[in-house]
Amino acid sequence: MSAGATRRLYGLLRKESLQIWRDPSALAIAFVLPAVLLMIFGYGVTLDARNVPIALVVQQPSAIAASFTSRFAHSPFFRPVRFLTIQDAERAMAARDVQGIVWLPGDFARRAESGGNAPIGVIVNGVDANDARIIEGYVQQAWATWLAARAAATGGDAAMALSVQPQVRFNPAVDSRDYLVPGLIAVIMTLTGALLTALVIAREWERGTMEALMVTRVTIHEILLAKLIPYFVLGMGGMAGSVAIAVFLFGVPLQGSVWVLTATSALFMLAALGMGLLISGFARNQFVAGQVAIITTFLPAFILSGFVFDINSMPQAVQTITHIVAARYFVAILQSVFLAGNVWSVILPNAVALAVMAAIFLALARATARKRLD
Amino acid sequence: MPQAPESAAAPQPALRLHDVRRSFRTGRRVSVALDGITATAARGAVSGLIGPDGAGKTTLMRLIAGLLRADAGTIEVLGIDVAREALRVQGRIGYMPQRFGLYEDLSVAENLDLYADLQGVRPAERPARYAELLHMTGLGPFTARIAGRLSGGMKQKLGLACTLVHPPELLLLDEPTVGVDPVSRRELWQIIDHLTRAAHMTVLFSTAYLDEAERCDNVLLIHEGRLLGHGRPGQFTAEMQGRCFHATAGLGRRRLQARLADAPGVIDAVIQGSRVRVVTAEAAPPVADVPALELTPAPPRFEDSFVARLRARGAVPPQRTPATAVPAASPLPAGPVISVAHLTRRFGAFVAVDDVSFTVARGEIFGLLGANGAGKSTTFRMLCGLLPASGGTLRVAGFDLRRAAAAARGRIGYMAQKFSLYGDLSVAQNLRFFSSAYRLSGARQRARVAWAEAEFELGAMREATARDLPLGFKQRLALACALMHEPDILFLDEPTSGVDPLARREFWRRINALAEAGVTVLVTTHFMEEAEHCDQLLIMAQGRVLAAGAPEAIRRRARTPARPDPTMEDAFIAVIDAPDRAAPP
Repeated sequence: MSAGATRRLYGLLRKESLQIWRDPSALAIAFVLPAVLLMIFGYGVTLDARNVPIALVVQQPSAIAASFTSRFAHSPFFRPVRFLTIQDAERAMAARDVQGIVWLPGDFARRAESGGNAPIGVIVNGVDANDARIIEGYVQQAWATWLAARAAATGGDAAMALSVQPQVRFNPAVDSRDYLVPGLIAVIMTLTGALLTALVIAREWERGTMEALMVTRVTIHEILLAKLIPYFVLGMGGMAGSVAIAVFLFGVPLQGSVWVLTATSALFMLAALGMGLLISGFARNQFVAGQVAIITTFLPAFILSGFVFDINSMPQAVQTITHIVAARYFVAILQSVFLAGNVWSVILPNAVALAVMAAIFLALARATARKRLD
Repeated sequence: MPQAPESAAAPQPALRLHDVRRSFRTGRRVSVALDGITATAARGAVSGLIGPDGAGKTTLMRLIAGLLRADAGTIEVLGIDVAREALRVQGRIGYMPQRFGLYEDLSVAENLDLYADLQGVRPAERPARYAELLHMTGLGPFTARIAGRLSGGMKQKLGLACTLVHPPELLLLDEPTVGVDPVSRRELWQIIDHLTRAAHMTVLFSTAYLDEAERCDNVLLIHEGRLLGHGRPGQFTAEMQGRCFHATAGLGRRRLQARLADAPGVIDAVIQGSRVRVVTAEAAPPVADVPALELTPAPPRFEDSFVARLRARGAVPPQRTPATAVPAASPLPAGPVISVAHLTRRFGAFVAVDDVSFTVARGEIFGLLGANGAGKSTTFRMLCGLLPASGGTLRVAGFDLRRAAAAARGRIGYMAQKFSLYGDLSVAQNLRFFSSAYRLSGARQRARVAWAEAEFELGAMREATARDLPLGFKQRLALACALMHEPDILFLDEPTSGVDPLARREFWRRINALAEAGVTVLVTTHFMEEAEHCDQLLIMAQGRVLAAGAPEAIRRRARTPARPDPTMEDAFIAVIDAPDRAAPP
């Protein structure tokens, strides 16, 4: 590299650092955006049901009915809402105010006290099949434990209680968040990385500074490098922040080594920044750049990376497509490093894939960037 | 890195253009930006690339800078073919794009440092070079200031200093003077003169202000992608010798202007102060049936030659005076139609409009004149009821805008900057939409649409998409839309920005006719010459009123023995200089 090229690169890097420092938008994308998304999705996207609103319809109040319904009131999984008629409850469910209905018919107390079978009606909103299955299981569980407790208390027929088998296994010790958060980091950093480069270059187009820059001795190589280096540093900072949130806020264990995590994150960050550079080649304003970055990086990463939807259960054609989603490899690495440790048989092939992805995106960005406006 | 200076003996021009063509494609539409330009620019001189908006100036600049590729033809810059060796050319030229190419988050010194690094200026050479540039641009006291906080004129000078950090052999300036105040404009020209005379730099300067042609050594006049003329400015004005006159007569200047414009052999008639400036097709005074017509020969201007060339190409706008209908609106209350007292508008700590007062009488054309950022548009938005005032009173058509903004708006026709038409709709659809927006319907709406199509000669273009219209037609359509509800007050925000002189003349003819019919017109402009069309003027800078009065009176104040007939620009500079500066050097 000639002395002139070094000086040009140094000048561009200094400019970029000053801009990052003075205009908080890049810092916001690198640090605030991942933190906010991690909070929203970390708390919001969970496969466990908690505080599920459920309708309780007790047609004929009685001591025995109250003893059963109090189980719902004290459960961490349900938030019971009382209705007087089944019709009102069905209306609430149709409006998705409640996810399911537990119905104690008018003859519930009589039949229970007579020692006979006292059936309850359970209606579950099946719109979300997964939720429905979980709720059904919880209700059955509640019913079964109540019957067992009652049988023990009255010395009655416990066999009837055991005849209701929960269909969903319930184990409060297993928290799906531990499994989701590492994958989430990969998805969020895909967006952050692409946005960082795509938006800052689009901003230069919008403000007309790119035009002035291009009519100097600077080469397209130097322009791309001057964007890649500072935003790589910034992106890695955002990554470190996300890992800190995962470990210290969500309490996700980090079983593997920090160094493996850093090295693979660096490879992934290069791939994500490369996607951003590629987008910036044609998106000349920040709005378009932002839209394209979300649609081409965030959405595929969310759906096709395997972080929540299992890749093996996708149709073959879709499985093939997932190979071009960089987040897929990073999700595999992160889940392994966080939850299982340094499992080299998982980390190595995925790291190689990330390196290849990074090389491809950077090469494409270099090939499509031209020092011209057309 | 030292640049071997080119041998001064080389007669080779700095720039050679041969049959340069370029078109742009958006979807199925192809628009031709440059249609075969052949020209040269001499070394060590200022060449002006002059033409209205959309003429192809910026495209040509970008082609020369190697930012675009020509479809056909060759461009040689300093003897180098740009298409083949763009980077070599870029190492030897300086280019200032329209928005100056500054990093607004960086300080003045940091911007200079960046461009010094990019242009390979050694650190040892910098202090001397910076000192020279800062002295030349007057930015010395502001090196630590963030570029975004500089005024428009200072940004322009910083942009120029950045492109000059390493002295280029060819300096390309793309519309550096648009919207900049006249004082900064004058200072920029002093810098350019210094660069060419003392440093023997070659400058290519593009502008839509025709009066700047006379400051160039060499002019390339372009219009709709074609070269209309090429030569020294003196050659352009020499053609017009003996064809320009000042006319006065025993009738109002607007009537006189209308009569003269319709007279045979007259190719141009514009109001200038209390007189009318007439240009004829032949070197003979115009013959018109006007009582007490007095004609005195006037020196030709560059603009006359542009108009003559446009006419020669057959671009003849209708010569009849548009019989724009008298508004049928209910009579206005007596007294001023618009009255503004102590109007103030703050945005946080920034005072955009500071204690502005004026009144406008019925049928008057009232102009707000000033550079970008002077507070014109903010004043305008408050008058239209689009922005609440921070202080002061505002009455329009008898309504207090603080309480009855909607009622006042019903009396107002508003033509926004850039025309705000619906680009995807046709001419007829735009007319229908705006008329329904003004609550016209049924027979009345049909009648007004038909009126607009006839009056503004839009009938032939009825089905054309608004986006594809030439700029002059867009302007006409926008005016038609603003007049659909027959308002008795018309607000025009930068209405003639960048349109060619014929479209501008035609526009002012219509505005004059409306004013004659009793419509009150309020107009903002940064074109000093447009001020001549106004009955009353308000010159604004930094939110304050610098001067107010009739154009003649304002100009008279700038009269000195050395300058017996000052232009509006001279007057503007004089009022800016007057309060806080000593007599100009």
